[in-house]
Amino acid sequence: MNFIDYYKILGIDKNASESDIKKAYRKLARKYHPDLNPNDKEAEKNFKNINEANEVLSHPENRKKYDKHGKDWQHADDIERAQKQQNSRQQQGYQSYSSQQNSNEDYSDFFESMFGGSQRASGSRQGRNQVQFKGQDFNAELQLNLTDVYTKESQILTVNGKKIRLTIPAGIENEQVIKIPGKGGLGVNGGPNGDLYITFNIVNNTKFKRYGNNLHLDVDLDLYTSLLGGEIMVDTFSGKVKLKVAPETQNETKVKLKGKGFPIYKKDGQFGDFIITYHINTPKNLTDKEKELFSELKKLR
Amino acid sequence: MADNHYILVKTICIQYNIEPVFIEELQGIGLVDIITIENNKCLHKDTLTDLEKMIRMHNELHVNLEGIDVVFNLLKRVDYLQNQLSQTKNKLQFYENQ
Repeated sequence: MNFIDYYKILGIDKNASESDIKKAYRKLARKYHPDLNPNDKEAEKNFKNINEANEVLSHPENRKKYDKHGKDWQHADDIERAQKQQNSRQQQGYQSYSSQQNSNEDYSDFFESMFGGSQRASGSRQGRNQVQFKGQDFNAELQLNLTDVYTKESQILTVNGKKIRLTIPAGIENEQVIKIPGKGGLGVNGGPNGDLYITFNIVNNTKFKRYGNNLHLDVDLDLYTSLLGGEIMVDTFSGKVKLKVAPETQNETKVKLKGKGFPIYKKDGQFGDFIITYHINTPKNLTDKEKELFSELKKLR
Repeated sequence: MADNHYILVKTICIQYNIEPVFIEELQGIGLVDIITIENNKCLHKDTLTDLEKMIRMHNELHVNLEGIDVVFNLLKRVDYLQNQLSQTKNKLQFYENQ
C-alpha cells in the first residue's frame, strides 16, 4: 500500500487554509467531473482522487489525523488494527451502501485503512452513485469477429447477473456504441430503469480489409494471365467467384464488384462494394529457354 | 409505471429534491421539453439522464443555467468529434495494414 499525498493531489501546500482547499478542490472538480469527461477513464480516476483528497483535507479531524500519521506511515498497522475494530462495529449501517455498484472502488486502500468505512456517509459524492429515481446506466464492451457482424447476430449477454437477449444488426462498425433502453440498473421509487450502452470491438479475422462498407482484397496475378487474359477464382466474403481477367491487365488495376462488400448498417439487403487490386507476379528462376524467349520478345518491342 | 414514457414534473422534483422552478427555467432556456398531458406537466423518461447531469452540474459544480447550456452544446460537439475520430481511426487502420 502506498502513501498518498493528498496535498499534492489538490496542488496545495501543507499550510493551505480551508478556503484554499475548497477553492482547489472546486477548480479540479470542474476539470475532472465525469459529466464533463464522458468515457474518459483517466479523468474518472482523477476525480476519485480529488474527492478522496477533499474528503480528508476538508474535514478538520480527518486532516489532523492524516497530518499526524501520514508522515510516518510505518504505524499503519496500529491504525489498521484500530480501524478493523471500528469497521466491524459499523458494518450494520453500511450494508445498503455497499450493495451500490463500484462503491468499493471509490476509495484507495490507503484511505480505507486510515479512515475505514466510517467516512463514507459524509462524502458529498454519495449522491453521485446513489440511484435517486432513474436506474444507473451500464456500460459494457463486446468483442466480435468481423465474420460475426456480416450477418445479423443474436447474442445472449449477461450483465450484472441478468441475461439479455440482443440482436446486433449486420454491418456494425468497430467502436460503435449501441444503446439498449431499460437494460441498465433498476429504478427506485417507480423511476425508470437505466440504459445499457454496449461498445463493440470488431476484430478482423479475415484476409479482407474493411473500409467503411467496402471490402478490399489484393489478388496475385501471374504474368501470363495479366498479358493474355483468362479466368481466375477469387474469395469474397460470401464465397468464391469466377472472374474474367481482361488481356493486358496492368499492375495495381482495381476491379470493383458491386454489392459484394460488407452489409450496410441498418439497411437490410444493401451492401458495399468488393474491390480487388491485382498484383502481377513476374516469374523467377528463369530457364535458359525462357531467357532466350524473353530476349526475343524484347527485340520485338 | 414501467410502460409510462412520461413522468410528472411533480414526481421528478420530489425524487431529485429540486424546485419546479428549476425545471421551468431549464425549459425556458431550451434544455428540457415539458409536455402537458391532461393538465399535468410531464417530462419524457429519456430526458432523465440529461436532467440528472444538469442537476449535478448545478449542485456540485455550481454551474448556472447558461453555463449548463454551453456545456451541453460542447458535449454534443465532443460526442460528434469522438464518432468522427473512431471512424477515421478505423479507416486509418486500412492504410496502416497495407
